[in-house]
Parts: sequence; structure tokens; C-alpha cells
Amino acid sequence: MKQQKKDGEAVTTSTSSQKKSSPAQLRIMKDLNELNLPKTCSTDFPDPDDLLNFKLVISPDEGFYRNGRFVFNFRVGANYPHEPPKVKCETQVYHPNIDLEGNVCLNILREDWKPVLTINSIVYGLQYLFLEPNPEDPLNKEAADVLQSNRRLFETNVSKAMRGGYVGSVYFERCLK
Amino acid sequence: MEFEITAGVGGRILRLVMEVEGAQGTGTLDSGEFCSRDSNSNSKRWNHMRKILERPSPFTYHTFNPSYEYLTALQEYVRVLVVGAGGLGCELLKNLVLLGFRNVDIIDMDTIDISNLNRQFLFRPDDVGKSKAHCAAAFVNKRVEGANVIAHHCKIQDKDVDFYKQFHVVVCGLDSITARKWLNSLIVTLDVSEEDEKIPFVDGGTEGFKGNVRVIRTPETPCVECNLDLYPPQINFPMCTLASTPRLPEHCIEYVRLLLWEREKPFGETPIDGDCPQHISWIYEKAQERAAQFRIDGITYRLTQGVVKNIIPAVASTNAVIAAACSTEVLKLVTGCSRFMDNFMLFNDLDGIYTFTYSAERKKNCLACDRGEARQLFFSKNVTVQEVYNYLVESKDIQMKSPGIQGYNKEGVLKNLYMKNITTEENLKKSLHVDFEIPDGGEIQVADPTFAVAVSFKITYE
Repeated sequence: MKQQKKDGEAVTTSTSSQKKSSPAQLRIMKDLNELNLPKTCSTDFPDPDDLLNFKLVISPDEGFYRNGRFVFNFRVGANYPHEPPKVKCETQVYHPNIDLEGNVCLNILREDWKPVLTINSIVYGLQYLFLEPNPEDPLNKEAADVLQSNRRLFETNVSKAMRGGYVGSVYFERCLK
Repeated sequence: MEFEITAGVGGRILRLVMEVEGAQGTGTLDSGEFCSRDSNSNSKRWNHMRKILERPSPFTYHTFNPSYEYLTALQEYVRVLVVGAGGLGCELLKNLVLLGFRNVDIIDMDTIDISNLNRQFLFRPDDVGKSKAHCAAAFVNKRVEGANVIAHHCKIQDKDVDFYKQFHVVVCGLDSITARKWLNSLIVTLDVSEEDEKIPFVDGGTEGFKGNVRVIRTPETPCVECNLDLYPPQINFPMCTLASTPRLPEHCIEYVRLLLWEREKPFGETPIDGDCPQHISWIYEKAQERAAQFRIDGITYRLTQGVVKNIIPAVASTNAVIAAACSTEVLKLVTGCSRFMDNFMLFNDLDGIYTFTYSAERKKNCLACDRGEARQLFFSKNVTVQEVYNYLVESKDIQMKSPGIQGYNKEGVLKNLYMKNITTEENLKKSLHVDFEIPDGGEIQVADPTFAVAVSFKITYE
């Protein structure tokens, strides 16, 4: 079957292409083009031409963290997707799996990362952390202990932190939306 | 006996057979010897297969050397991936295990619906709601002695390159062009051997009484993307026909679906749910009113639901024919016991039986299987991002779904031209040349769900 030559499409010329995108850029482009965010999440691209650095905002609509607004910073490295992006929480949060420096303990950001996972998988993983904080394997041990021993107190501490105030000796910035 | 090493067509699989030979250290083939060693020969179960695999024939591929080893290889070594566990998938799985393939993986993201049971014969009423892949695998493993079918209940996109690399042949019976394009774009670029050979890939498709089979052996044959313009565009009736000159019952139903529903909002803001009887009944009644007005017959509840849900009835016999042809090709690709189909077969049993096989040609600069130069797109100098976007979606031989577009400007800086959720809609109105400074001959990159990787194009202004 002979291909018909149509307008808008034809044979190539031999001029060499001037630039090549890195595999990381090509892959992140694909991830982000197919991003399917839950309604509690939104992204923010300070520079829309730079897909390797962006923010994710999660505003849980249920659970301990309902009505909070948490900002995560994503830095996608040159080895993506062979290495996971670096994800930091920019909002101070009282959470067993997020420490006060913003480090996040999520398995798929560490030992369970696989190249077949996408930014979408991380978004869902992070959202899950707010619905089901995991007191096993904590980064903020105090919060984890409270969650395990006294869920009521944990709930009070979370609201206190989200409203802006001290939990123990740590001051949390207000992060209610 | 010495096997000849052949590169090229089917070589990958045939070499595998030779490894079996080497491992067992046999030199001669004489029927008495293999009968005593081969447990298969104790039963008559494989007699028919052995007639094909152990006898010479003028129709075999040139590397074929009749041997009992082929049957052993099918059973012990060869791994086949069946993509889709629906109408074609059930047939394929059954055919393959009965041909002697034991190590078959099947992947499908779907669950069983009651309407599947008439033709997807591996499922029973109790299975409704369960995973198609798991039920199909369980059924076959229980029913066929020796079968080792592994189920994967997930999207094809959830599996990585290493998963697909395990298989010697991939055979697919998918119902969507998007999924087919995605799988094709992955398989035809997967490096599995030192030569440029890819995993052979058999694609079956049916639609009502029509079907097709193709054998894809990159780089010898075209891939799905090379002949993408063979897939007809979805039927959309022109709005003017629907609004003023309906002639078919379908026109009346589409009129109600597209225009009246929005205007009358019978159920508030709820969109049409094709599985909701109230919705379909409302559309059915309104369509009847309109049909009466234009004296058109033939509106039924079934037709209404069919049009609304865009249902094309699945025909069990078409599936059986297409799956049989696919399975035969898999056997031929693995063993070389007969020459492969070259390379595209059409089948139609709507009125009598018609079938035609021809040798489709590769497309130069195919977006999937030609990794040379990027394809050129010609646009006028004042083309907007929207126009490029529309071209990528509407062009018959590209057919993207939701492209995201980036491009290099004259300084060689990568600009984001349009990506939903990330750039603004304003970008669509901007000019490639003026606003984004994409030079003549400049490159754009496009990501789309129908491709496993981003695709490059070269922009030329006319």
C-alpha cells in the first residue's frame, strides 16, 4: 500500500537536529502531560518552561489534616526515572512521616522507587500519607508516639499545629487554607 | 545435526531452539531415540503438532529443521505474552496452550461484565466483577495439563520495559487504538538482540463482522504506526445533518444526545450515563419523537443504548477466526514451521466470506519504528500552537489524544508551548514563530498517551 503524500507532512531533510533533550526531560514531559490530579491536589510551575522543578499543593478534604494546605517541592534530577525525584515538604507539619526539615518518609520515594512509577504515583503516595499517617517507621518520632498511644491527642496536636501554634516546644506556622 | 545460525527474520527464536539442542547434547535425530526420551511421545496428545514440527515441508521457513526439539522448546522455553483477556484474548489463550505453549502471560486491566459471557468462554456467571486476566489464567491452568499461565491484572502502561523484554512473542487482542499505539511504540523500539531485531508482535483486531491480523517484525515489516491511516476515524455525524436533515435513526439519537440533553437537562447537571436505564429511556423517547417528525423508522431501546455507548456488537465467530490466524502466526514465528504471513490480513464475513492478505509497506519516518530523522511538519509562517495541536490530534496518520508540546527556540532553549494544567490556555493562541521563536527547521517534542516515549517533529514554515 503506497503512502500518499499529504500536505502538512512529508519526507525529511538531512539537516541534523540541533538539540537533544535529556532522557529525564523527555520522561518528565510525558509524566506531566498525563498527570491526573485528584481534586485535592494542584501543581504550580514557577517557570512553565522548566518541568524539572515544580511544586505540588495538597489540601486534604478528610482525615486529620482536613482543611490544611501543604506545599511540596519536587526536584527532578538528570537520572530520572532511574532515581526518584527529590521531594521536600515546604510547609511545617506535625506528621509522623515528615520531619521538621521537610524530609518525607514515603517508600516509593526511597527504597521502593521503580522507573515504571510516575509523578502521579508520588502524588497519590503523598496524599495517602495525609489520610493514613503511618506511626511505624517514623521521621518525627514524637508525633508517631502520640499517634500510637493517644489518637485523640494526636488529632488535637495536628489541629493546633495547622492553626499556627506550639506543639510541645516546636512552633508551627499556620497552614489552614 | 547442525543448525545453521541465521540472523534476521525469526532468528531470535530459532537460536533459542538451538540452545535447547546444545544443552541436551544430541547430535542425531532419529525417531526411535526421541521417542524414548520424550515424555510427550507417550501420549497421543501432541501427535498433530509433531506432524507439523517433525516433518519437512516445502513451505517451511529456510531455518526450519524438523525436530522434536521444537515441541520441547514450545513447552519449556518459549514465553508468550497475550495482551488483552477479552473476546480475542480468551480465544488466543485457549489456542496457544492447546498448541503446546505452556508459559503464557496474560495482561488485562478489566473486570468481567455479564455481557462478556456469551463469547468470553473462559468466564462463568460467578466470575462477574473479577479480574479477566486472573479468571482466564485460572481456568486454563485448571483445564489444560501443563499450562503455566501467569495473570497480570493491570494496565499495559504499568509494566516496564524489562517486563516486555522477557517474551519471545507478543500477541495482542486489544479494543483500543490508544492502547495498541502505546504497545506498538514500546515493542518496536525494544532492543532485545545485538542485531536490530525486535520482539515479533502479532496484532489482531475485530469490529463486528470485520477483523484483521498483522504480523509485525520490525525492521522487516511495517508497524501499527506505519499504517495508522488504515484505522477509520470515529464516525461523527455532521451537526447540520443532526439538526436539520436527519435520515437515519442514529441521527435522531445523536441529536438528543448532543443537543437536547444539554438544552433540557432532564437530570440536572448529570452527564449521560449509558448504563443508567432512566437516562437511556429519556433519550429513547425523545429520539422517537424526533424520528416521528421526520418519518424515520427503526429506533429501538437497544439501538439507543448502542449509539449512546458507541457499542459495536462483538461477534464470537469473527473473534475465533482472527484469534486462530494470530495463534498460527505465533507458532510459525517461534518455530519457522511455515512461512509467516506477509504481513496484513483483512477478514470480513458480513456477507459471505472475504479475506485478503497483502504486504503493507513501512513508512519512512514512522513515528514509532523509524528512529532516523524526526518527521517534518509543514505549516504556514503564522501557525499557532492551537493549529499544531489540532493537526497532531486530527491528522489521520498521527491521531494523538492529548498532546503536550515543547519546542526549542532559536537560542536552543526548550520552551513549553502547551501542556494542559501547566501552561495557560493563552499559549494556544500564540504563534510558534513569533511568540516562541521556534525557527524554520526547529524541533518540537510531543508527549501523548498513545506513545510510550515522547516524539520529535521538525517544523518547516512554508
